[in-house]
Amino acid sequence: MKARVTVTLKNGVLDPQGKAIEGALGSLGVAGVESVRQGKLFDVELATEDRAEAEATLKAMCEKLLANTVIESYRYDIVG
Amino acid sequence: MNAAVIVFPGSNRERDVAAALKAGSGKTPAMVWHAETELPDGTDLVVLPGGFSYGDYLRCGAIAARAPIMDAVRAHAARGGHVLGICNGFQILVESGLLPGILTRNKGLRFVCKTQHLKVERADTRFTSGYKPGQVIEVICAHGEGNYFADPETIARIEGEGLVAFRYCDAAGNLGGFANANGSINDIAGVYSEQLNVLGMMPHPENLIDAAVGGVDGLAMFAGLAKAA
Repeated sequence: MKARVTVTLKNGVLDPQGKAIEGALGSLGVAGVESVRQGKLFDVELATEDRAEAEATLKAMCEKLLANTVIESYRYDIVG
Repeated sequence: MNAAVIVFPGSNRERDVAAALKAGSGKTPAMVWHAETELPDGTDLVVLPGGFSYGDYLRCGAIAARAPIMDAVRAHAARGGHVLGICNGFQILVESGLLPGILTRNKGLRFVCKTQHLKVERADTRFTSGYKPGQVIEVICAHGEGNYFADPETIARIEGEGLVAFRYCDAAGNLGGFANANGSINDIAGVYSEQLNVLGMMPHPENLIDAAVGGVDGLAMFAGLAKAA
């Protein structure tokens, strides 16, 4: 079973990297960008075919390692 | 004092801190590889040194915080044993749950490498018994991700309980402004655990232990730790 985990900064947490990218887009002449927030994406392959078991594993890995919930939130989607 | 310095793949300040511990206590610390599961018998102080453990992959300190030795470090702290994390060691302590908050990218995006002044908030802990409350000391900053952040409730709690160890200041002791090079909330440079037995700090006291090499303001921390042991 394949899954995609997305980890993003919570609202209100300063994202200097996103700000720098935003500035670079502006200097490239890309118009109409209101803001950029940078995050992380993980493609995970799981041994199970059981959806509930996969979701439990994904939640555990996000809480234990992939996200630091002090500043980050996460979501996971089973993609196949 | 029996000190143990934990060495992770990518640590690079372990020899500096070992020299500081030797200078402060007269005793050479044990070097403990991260894959070990036990600390040497009789360990009084565990030190997590600076560096770039696991290449800062995922988040600074995130992988090291889950290394095999860290269960033993957590148990040592739970018993009231002392733990000092410097720079990457501080990042490992917040990732391991031994200290609150997190260290994020410096506000100015640049790696900051310079002499820095700190204000000592309190001198009644084992780490700071060699200083006076409010004393301004000189240390060295060398980090890209030292911007201390926590939610407002956590900040209110650590401020209320007096758990801020050091704040960034200028040579005259004025807090913040240009003296806060990384954007840390409330100019926080170091934080204690609730029991005051775990200290994490971004700047390097271990680099100022020799008058011939910059100064000796850091030595009092290691000498104080040895005296209290």
